[in-house]
Amino acid sequence: MLQMNHIMKIYGNGVVANEDVSLELRRGEIHALLGENGAGKSTLMKVLFGIEMPDQGEILLKGAPVTIRSPQNAISLGIGMVHQHFMLVPSLTVAENIILGVTPKKGLFIDRDKALSAAEGIAREYNFDIDVRQRVEEIPVGIKQKVEILKALYRGAEILILDEPTAVLTPQETDELFVQLVQLKKKGHTIIFISHKLDEIKKICDRATIMRNGRSMGTYEVADITTQEMSKLMVGREVSLQFEKNACRLSDQVLLRVRNLTVHNSQGVLKIDDISFDVKGGEILGIAGVEGNGQTELVDALTGLNKKYRGEISVKGKDIRPLSIAQIRDLSLAHIPEDRMASGCAGNLSIRENLFSNQYRSPEFSGKQFLKMKAIERRSDELIQEYKIKCSSRRQNVAMLSGGNIQKVIVAREFSTDPDIIIANQPTRGIDVGAAEFIRQRLLAFRDAGCAVILVSADLTEIFSLSDRLAVMYKGKFAGFFTDVANVSEEELGQHMLGIKKAEVLEGVVYE
Amino acid sequence: MNSVKKFDILRMFLSVLVALALSFLLIFVLSEEPVEAIKNLVIGPFSSRRNMGSVIESMIPLIFTGTGICIMFSANQINLSAEGAFQIGGLAASCVAIYFTADILSPLAALLLAGLIGALFSVVPAILKITTSASEMVSSLMINYVALYFGTYMLNNIIADPRASSASYELCPASELPVLVSGTRIHLGLIVALLVAVFGYFFLYKTKTGYELRLTGVNEAFARYSGVNIVKVIVSSQLIGGFIAGLGGGVEMLSPIYTRFNWTTLTGYGWDAIIISTLAKNNPLYVPFAALFLAYLRTGASIMARRTDVTLDIVQITQGIIIILVVAEQFLSRYRHKLIAREAKAALSGEEVA
Repeated sequence: MLQMNHIMKIYGNGVVANEDVSLELRRGEIHALLGENGAGKSTLMKVLFGIEMPDQGEILLKGAPVTIRSPQNAISLGIGMVHQHFMLVPSLTVAENIILGVTPKKGLFIDRDKALSAAEGIAREYNFDIDVRQRVEEIPVGIKQKVEILKALYRGAEILILDEPTAVLTPQETDELFVQLVQLKKKGHTIIFISHKLDEIKKICDRATIMRNGRSMGTYEVADITTQEMSKLMVGREVSLQFEKNACRLSDQVLLRVRNLTVHNSQGVLKIDDISFDVKGGEILGIAGVEGNGQTELVDALTGLNKKYRGEISVKGKDIRPLSIAQIRDLSLAHIPEDRMASGCAGNLSIRENLFSNQYRSPEFSGKQFLKMKAIERRSDELIQEYKIKCSSRRQNVAMLSGGNIQKVIVAREFSTDPDIIIANQPTRGIDVGAAEFIRQRLLAFRDAGCAVILVSADLTEIFSLSDRLAVMYKGKFAGFFTDVANVSEEELGQHMLGIKKAEVLEGVVYE
Repeated sequence: MNSVKKFDILRMFLSVLVALALSFLLIFVLSEEPVEAIKNLVIGPFSSRRNMGSVIESMIPLIFTGTGICIMFSANQINLSAEGAFQIGGLAASCVAIYFTADILSPLAALLLAGLIGALFSVVPAILKITTSASEMVSSLMINYVALYFGTYMLNNIIADPRASSASYELCPASELPVLVSGTRIHLGLIVALLVAVFGYFFLYKTKTGYELRLTGVNEAFARYSGVNIVKVIVSSQLIGGFIAGLGGGVEMLSPIYTRFNWTTLTGYGWDAIIISTLAKNNPLYVPFAALFLAYLRTGASIMARRTDVTLDIVQITQGIIIILVVAEQFLSRYRHKLIAREAKAALSGEEVA
């Protein structure tokens, strides 16, 4: 059906995303593309979908070589893609989104009846139970994804690329998606399923191509390979996701105290609805939840980035409302931001200049007006070594580094102040296992040293293995709270994430 | 990455060369005596002591406005008020120099006031941005005309010398900056200008405030997250940039070139500063070189215009093409990508060997 041979893709910043990748698809299979974050899966799919042009290699569609220059080009060749972040117009209806761009017209105007029936028709044909008259902004994430799939099918996609489709779904929604995918397969569609979750691949995929570090490590029949073997191929060594975790030794001091926190976003939508909690030194409070349920707003309020909140936040007993971000940081609070490129670093400045942005004011690194360049350079070299940041020199621009190394720069900077409180928002998202493990170990070490840690993460394994207490956010509230993390199952957590189960009483949220 | 950096510098020179080549081509099309014209343009500036002097002398105001713009642009504040600050700085210095005649103190006071007025002038768009989120680019463009017409108002009504036509009273001799090289008009302002460029470099790259400024310029969200006071950055960058541009206006006015204030149009040094900061990549240390290049081109063009049938405007075209080529990231981007790809591949095979 489709062959991609020896694809090489180098990005403008010199990052080699694909070094030598080959992929071969058969008609009517669900083919897993498996690999760690940063292994080059998304890049390969961008090449296939015409978003990126390869630097080397060829693509054969049904035996004939093709050059795919743009997504329009890919669509006309029968290739459809569902992106991780949906590309839908929220204010339009489901039907309008499906027909967008291939709109049936009556003269100058959209033929609404025809559009509606076309959308309904395709939904029925594929057994998707959707009301196409609803506005996209009103439907849940799982349905949005179905709309995306229908959109691709409506454009005649024979090959369907799904980029980490389960990342935003709850376990229940995932099961529903899988039923649908199997149906599509029976109708003769070929599906590329990108994931790094092995159990999902075991469940529905026929074959799997495993990628590591921009190379393909081979294609296997899923039935013939164990998850252990897959993970070994993916990571290159055995990884234990279970950490050696010392018993939690709580200090007496509540380092972070939040009472009745309520936040509305700039559009006036309620994002955090009356939350209260405490964090003591020596523990990790995990915050789980489907993205967009108030986690970002919570972190922004805790770190002083957003002052428009009601309620009270105090760090080490001090109300942070009147304090500037610099003053809050001076209370020994570190923050690993959610989006490392948007607010975690200055890509066009050197590693050195990125490593001391939070402490250039300290007497160690500057006098009254001048920076102490020698001290800064010495410290930069130390941090680069200690955190094993792979770079050509401290003068290299941060944007030139790989995602994992950029994250290490950020973590090195935030941890080098020896903080008492760490707010880590998605600290290991999109980075290689080695770097992720390193960061997790550091978080645990800080906890053991008496630091209060808040860990917001979409990675459930991470949440389970690190948290001492665990909160689940749903629509701006804690829908669940667990003090005994070891006895919580993924299913139970999923039900809280989805809002099916809501805890009426949150026991142990505050220390009083 | 090294060869890519080298390539970026090479690309800059190539842009300049392409622009010059296109200008030469235009001269060939337009002129009756193209060879003579080009000869005057290229060699003219070296033809006499006076001409060489005029290159250096016209470089001075460019260094001031160029450095001022570098500082504001480094903070990603696209404030174009260097033009007006220069104008109003010149006016302020003239006013002092007309009425205050004390030796040494007169030029010092004049220059200090020129800088302060320039700073206050350039900070207006910054304050508008902070209080009303007005784009500093638009408001600074507009405010330049306020400087111009305020200057002509002062010139016509307050400091006009009835015996001269549209010129102020004479500036007192005590205020004039001394000439450094006899036979030219190269004056003390050159030293001041070079000191300002060095100051700009140290400020941006070695001080806390400069670091905050560059951090904000590259990624404002990151600067805020790191605890930088963004409002302070916006204000201080434009205060300092405006001070330097205003000081430049003062220096120019007190130079031997002028004996009276007579600016009734904008001087254009503020606009030229944009090409200078572009060529210098916002690093004040490179500003004198960029200014030298532009001054050379200007002097050559004016010699050419005097001696042949080609007009001065040709330089504007050259400048325009240079800016477009330097700023156009896609210019030679394919070649750049190939270079990056080659380096990355080389690094890969190097790893395998090791």
